Amino acid sequence: MRLLPFLASAIVTTGLVVTLNTQLKLGATKSPKLGYFLSPQHGFWKNAENINTNFDASILVNDLKGDVEVEIDDRLVPHIYANNDLDAYYVQGYLHAKFRLWQMDFQTRVASGRLSEIAGADKLSIDRFFRRLGMVYGAEQTESYINENNPIMKATVDSYTAGVNAYINQLKPEDLPFEYKLMNYEPELWTPKKTYLFLMFMSYDLTGRSATTDLQLTNTRDYLGYDLFQKLYPNQQDSLDPIIPKGTEFAKASIKPVKPGSADTSYLKMPAPKKLFRVEESTEAPNENNGSNNWAVSGSKTKSGRPILCSDPHLGLNLPSLWFEVQITTPTHSTYGASFPGSPAVIIGFNDSLAWGVTNAGRDVLDYYEVKFKDSTQNEYWYNGAWKNVTKRTEVIKVKDSADVIENISMSHWGPVMFDAFYQNQQSNGKNLAVKWTAHNASTGVETFYQLNRAKNVSDYLHAISLWKCPGQNFVMATKTGNIAIKQQGDFVARWEHQGDFIMPGEDSSYDWQGIIPGNENPMIMNPSRGFVSSANQKSTDATYPYYLGTASSFPLYRGISVNQHLTPMSQITPEDMMALQTNNDNVFAAQARPALNRLIQMDLLSPSAKKMVTILNAWDLKNNENSKGITVFKLIWDSVESAVWSDELAGSKLPLTKPESFVLLEQICRDTNFTVADDIRTKDKVETLKEQVNLGIERATQQLILLEKENKLTWGSFKATRVVHLTKIPALSRLNLPIGGGVNIINATTENHGPSWRMVVHMTDEIEAYGLYPGGQSGNPGSPFYDNFVDYWAAGKYYRLLFLSKEKLKESERVKWHMQFKHA
Amino acid sequence: MKFIATLLLSTLLTYAIGIYGDLPWFSFVFTNLLVALVLPQKPAAAFLSGAIGVGVLWAGLSIYMDISNNHILSIKVAQILPLGGSYQKLIFVTVLVGFLLGGLSSLTGSFIRDKKDAQ
Repeated sequence: MRLLPFLASAIVTTGLVVTLNTQLKLGATKSPKLGYFLSPQHGFWKNAENINTNFDASILVNDLKGDVEVEIDDRLVPHIYANNDLDAYYVQGYLHAKFRLWQMDFQTRVASGRLSEIAGADKLSIDRFFRRLGMVYGAEQTESYINENNPIMKATVDSYTAGVNAYINQLKPEDLPFEYKLMNYEPELWTPKKTYLFLMFMSYDLTGRSATTDLQLTNTRDYLGYDLFQKLYPNQQDSLDPIIPKGTEFAKASIKPVKPGSADTSYLKMPAPKKLFRVEESTEAPNENNGSNNWAVSGSKTKSGRPILCSDPHLGLNLPSLWFEVQITTPTHSTYGASFPGSPAVIIGFNDSLAWGVTNAGRDVLDYYEVKFKDSTQNEYWYNGAWKNVTKRTEVIKVKDSADVIENISMSHWGPVMFDAFYQNQQSNGKNLAVKWTAHNASTGVETFYQLNRAKNVSDYLHAISLWKCPGQNFVMATKTGNIAIKQQGDFVARWEHQGDFIMPGEDSSYDWQGIIPGNENPMIMNPSRGFVSSANQKSTDATYPYYLGTASSFPLYRGISVNQHLTPMSQITPEDMMALQTNNDNVFAAQARPALNRLIQMDLLSPSAKKMVTILNAWDLKNNENSKGITVFKLIWDSVESAVWSDELAGSKLPLTKPESFVLLEQICRDTNFTVADDIRTKDKVETLKEQVNLGIERATQQLILLEKENKLTWGSFKATRVVHLTKIPALSRLNLPIGGGVNIINATTENHGPSWRMVVHMTDEIEAYGLYPGGQSGNPGSPFYDNFVDYWAAGKYYRLLFLSKEKLKESERVKWHMQFKHA
Repeated sequence: MKFIATLLLSTLLTYAIGIYGDLPWFSFVFTNLLVALVLPQKPAAAFLSGAIGVGVLWAGLSIYMDISNNHILSIKVAQILPLGGSYQKLIFVTVLVGFLLGGLSSLTGSFIRDKKDAQ
């Protein structure tokens, strides 16, 4: 042995192996273990899927009662044919895992505050936020409720779980999904709790914005004082076209919530505290544009005489997509639609009798109560004239490369005390705030979808949605037999006016919720004479509805107007007309705002380049098309005018405040152009008029527009630069700069990273004629041709015909490419 | 002859042990070392036979998988790593890692034997 050369060589070799087996710093993140990642037999090369992959398979599993056949079509949509329901959900779980395992795992990690475990201390603030909000607590409530009270759903979720785990258990290390290799961790087995955590996350995404806005509004009210606050944040919407048409009569309220006598002085007009809440838009806050369109037209308005139902939920646009298309056929039902990887059954879809879709109700179901602790142990809090004990909930957050972080959360009768001495962020400012949220209660939501999958008629539909609690949704429905209906359903709090808009006093029960509105008093309409039902997140009713719906800022106004304006005159409707409507770019907000602005513009006082911009604005066809310049000009001018009008009122605060909604200024200038808020209160010697503010806004916008023109970014598509982003936000795994129009207030609600996440049109003919797609692909593997193959089609506003056939007919279809068989081992 | 034999053996054993995904990705370091120990060569020859043995395998596998994937994944990975989105560079880096580790492990193995054994 040549010792010295051996040692030298061994050290170099070992050093290289160790280096290549370590995650190195790569910018702000960490590299994968390079040797492992690059090894063609272990690393990412194994995820480079052959573009001609044959997905045929015969799979032996233990837990099936019978054999299950799966036909896979040319878009990689599985059509599951099982002899019993539990087997079908087993195979659905298996297929979700086969195509979307990493995503399922990642999304539930986010929901349960477990990101730090894989990504390190950087993610600790997000994890703590979700833990303290009670995400895990809520999922546990649901799990134990279903385990004890709902054997059918327990069996369903258990079977789905077993299917996911059957896939995980046969997964070889080299076949791990790409992202595990990139981030260097491994999947863990699925559990029913993870399914409930995922549904909890949807509750958060669709109702959790209040966790931020309630603090922001409190802050803004404290800064402005209640009287000015009410001017800038009114709840009245003159142009509202509610979901339930105006003039519909509502039953009397069975609960009459009583406003506490002290509310005016110690709640609404409470004197501002010395220290204001520091409020910043936290990264965790759900997108303000989370919403959706849905509608159904009756046979009286269609060419075929049969209803057509449309649904397009607007959510963050991500890869892998939130949605996974699937057909599930068993002796009890046959259903097609978009499913959630992580949950059994179809979420938005249709069966051979009935189609359904959802939009977000936007009602406030999350409130903060300020609590007073006896001492720093936080073991007792003051309630109804006595010290009351909390229970302590311990949550352990594991942190990669670091010590565990323990959260001891005080559980009050309101709910978890989210902000306290141990958890202070920019928003909390030393206060103790407990969260009360309907999502903390056990939910049977998963059964709603289970029942909708099987619903044959209106009463089945009503029964299914009666089980729905959170997040409140507008469930639209159409049947083959010709019925159409929409109902707003969920657990909604019977509130007195403004109850819960701001942080409420929590020292006694007088500010507590006084009841949940009974389901049969929730707004609903069936087969109306106008021949259609629709919703687009606007207020569900006019002011004659006997319950308080919440602050107007929760309810976008203009998309609903646009949908109804288009549907009202239509007749002889075909599915193609409905696709055109879902991708419609008409801007009804600008249609009202442009003439209002024009009445105020003083052209002769504008600079030449500003005049040119106004000319572009006035030549615009009022459509948010991809190649339009007029919409970019309009948006920048409008935003700039708004800022000229409001910013002085809000400018004195160093804290970010809530900006008034766009409808407030528009409706105000339509009512009265002399309103006093227009004056810039910072200039003491001068009273600015609205006209001056409009010209000022246009001049400021012109400066930005000239820059955009130089950068060739004046067309709407390039200005907006819509993108579908991988869940890790890595640009290389995302689709950027998509050529698509649309925007806020537009039926085609596509903004930068948000929009129609699934578009569906269902024609209720004898053999159902359905179209749909989502901006993604069925495979979650970035190395698969099926990863993002729907994206371009989606951006172009095109649709796929959905294959929904019996097994015999489907087998004859030339669009069926592969066949999988699950056999009992 | 010995050079060719060690090279082929190195390729074969690297591939064979790589089939077992539960073993670490660098297991071929030990098979290479073993080959160099059993079939001693001069240091340069040992290094080259191990380097080419592993390098050729990694080149063949990665190029085959990349072409049948139409470069879908390699272009993305070459942006993440960052290699300017070039799949050619990514394959080069892959092969380089195999080449270096393959060579070094064989070299280390060859030093276990005495100089005269390498005749």
